[in-house]
Amino acid sequence: MAQGLDWMARKAGLVAGVGFHFSFTWCSPIGFFVLPIGVNHCPVSSTVIQTPPVIPAKREITTKPRFSDKVFRGVVTGGGLSSLIILGLILIFLLWNGYTILKSQGAHFLTSSAWQAATTDSGAIDVKNTHFGLAAMLVGTMIVALIAIVVGVPISVGAAIYLTFYAPGSIKKIMVTAIDLMAAFPSVLFGLWGFFVLESSGEYWAKLLTKYFSWIPFFKLPAPYVSRSPFIAGLVLAVMIIPIVTSVSREIFSQTPLDRIQAAYALGGTRFAMLRAVAFPYARSGIVGGVMLGLGRAMGETVAVYTVLNIVYQVNWHILFSAGGNVASMILLKFGEASPYEVKALMAAGLVLFILTLIVNSLANVIVSRTGKSGR
Amino acid sequence: MTTLDSQVAAPKPRKPWAASPVDRVKTAGVILAAAIISVAIVAATPLKGKLAYAAVFFVAYLVLDFVISYRKAGRAAGVDSAFRALVTSGVLLAITPIVSILVTVWVRGYHGLHWTLFTKDMHSNAYTDPVNQGGLLHAIIGTFLLVIFAMVIAVPIGILTAIYLTEIRGRFTRPISFLVQAMSGVPSIVAGLFIYAAILLPFTKTLNGIQGSLALAILMIPTVARTSEEVLKLIPSDLREAGVALGGTQWRSVAMVVVPAAKSGLITAMILGVARVAGETAPLLLLTGGSGTKNFNMFSQSMGSLPNYIWQCFGAGTAESITRAWAGILVLLVIVVLLFAAARTLGNRKVGK
Repeated sequence: MAQGLDWMARKAGLVAGVGFHFSFTWCSPIGFFVLPIGVNHCPVSSTVIQTPPVIPAKREITTKPRFSDKVFRGVVTGGGLSSLIILGLILIFLLWNGYTILKSQGAHFLTSSAWQAATTDSGAIDVKNTHFGLAAMLVGTMIVALIAIVVGVPISVGAAIYLTFYAPGSIKKIMVTAIDLMAAFPSVLFGLWGFFVLESSGEYWAKLLTKYFSWIPFFKLPAPYVSRSPFIAGLVLAVMIIPIVTSVSREIFSQTPLDRIQAAYALGGTRFAMLRAVAFPYARSGIVGGVMLGLGRAMGETVAVYTVLNIVYQVNWHILFSAGGNVASMILLKFGEASPYEVKALMAAGLVLFILTLIVNSLANVIVSRTGKSGR
Repeated sequence: MTTLDSQVAAPKPRKPWAASPVDRVKTAGVILAAAIISVAIVAATPLKGKLAYAAVFFVAYLVLDFVISYRKAGRAAGVDSAFRALVTSGVLLAITPIVSILVTVWVRGYHGLHWTLFTKDMHSNAYTDPVNQGGLLHAIIGTFLLVIFAMVIAVPIGILTAIYLTEIRGRFTRPISFLVQAMSGVPSIVAGLFIYAAILLPFTKTLNGIQGSLALAILMIPTVARTSEEVLKLIPSDLREAGVALGGTQWRSVAMVVVPAAKSGLITAMILGVARVAGETAPLLLLTGGSGTKNFNMFSQSMGSLPNYIWQCFGAGTAESITRAWAGILVLLVIVVLLFAAARTLGNRKVGK
């Protein structure tokens, strides 16, 4: 023991003396104390003991981060900032590529709904007659996403309420797993399912709707074509957003303060009364946030919409009619045979889509993060 | 005293709120009655089809349930049971598409399954050839490579982000957590366009695998970061404090204590990230192309992948190619479900062990 302590002191002195003060403070005290004792029979010969012990320099106690910590913090902060960098780069590159189009088309890019890449006889781009306008696709995006919200949200919220407040344990576990699994389904699967399975039912429902509700302007049919309509695309998207809206709402509902729930029951309330008086007011803004997240998903969906929807370049308010579109699926559709000039227009369209989803998602996150704060 | 206690049998816990056998019989009776009514009404009136059965059944159940509860305990009870029926229908409607999708994929996909799927590629076959010719080995290899490379890029960044958010908590914590959430909403086509604009147009000018991996990594980072953040938050701060109290620097207490404690959770995050991108189609259509031959080189030549195979088979449009597409989806879905199950199993382990 004495030998070990002596050796330790000598080593400390050596380190301090030679000027490795830095590495001395870096190494953890526990390692410093334990290590020499643990390796007691290390080659410390008897001659060493006879040397006069050197008193180590006073250890500096500081809260300053060590060198290793500085590196660590730098690396982690760099990794953390990557999301900022990536989002910024996306913005810059799409803007850089789409700038010429945005400049030449101006506000028409958002308000007109013509998409023609005209070329002169020699094959060069005829900028004057080239029109790129996103209006039809923006309207289409909104219509399809809104149908998804209108259909999907009541189902999701109902499911979330059932799973949080009604379901017995075993059923709850299975159903939660199933719904979470659905969130991991690839979108191409939803597309094919929509095309082959939902399409026939959807057409039937569309015919019923237009038969009995054609006095509502949206359900009118300008021509008797109901296949591959925005209605069916909206239904597919509704199925796609059910998992996310359900899981966000479920999360929020399960955070409802138990004391308030029990207070409601103690006052003699039924479960519905409790939900109306306690759970809904508590979870309302969180659900709205979840809905916005779903809306963001629905607006950015590409492959499923492309598969199910008949993409036609016109503003179509008749949701049962076989014509519609969405910015993302339009980009995919036009990308295949686009000239380099048109690709730039598609980049600009991507920029618009990116900004749109970013706004919706940010709003959603702000709203979700506010939930519950009022309650606690 | 203790002997007396042990002699008295503990009273069985009573659950007055639970459904008694009589209640169960009553519920079954109501369901049966609603079913009979729906059959009768559909037979008697011009309504027809599955939708009519379901709608009439639902309305009949709602009304019967309401009336019974109303007679028993008044209006509040009636509304309560009607609401119960409503939310139950909500969960049924949410589950129906899942069941429908799984059944569809199996029923349509298993015709296309055979061994050569996993041993051959499509270099000498067209998508419209009979199903037993050619296979999707190239697509499986492609998806595997794309996902692995995406993982190599995204997992370190995602976990570093999570560590920043939970351990360092510097002045960027709030903006970063906000941006990570915003990033999780970036549409996949936009990620594809970004890589197209940033790498394909100025540099490579051709399709290859690594571009696809980069786009997938962008989609993967938020999933990994958010799940890891949740996991790291669950690590008790006692562990961190113990690490620091033993004299460890922050770097050591994170690397030697916190991260090992959260290991299974971090692996879960990784797997969920993989499951998120394994079926991603849109960016791959723009960036990797879909060659039918096996390609092991990420940096040259177009690279097939499962989503791309499915997409092209679907696009070819014949009965044979559609069967191929469903078989491809079945394989992809099995991969996704296995990943999901693995994530679940790991995630259910207690954190910190």
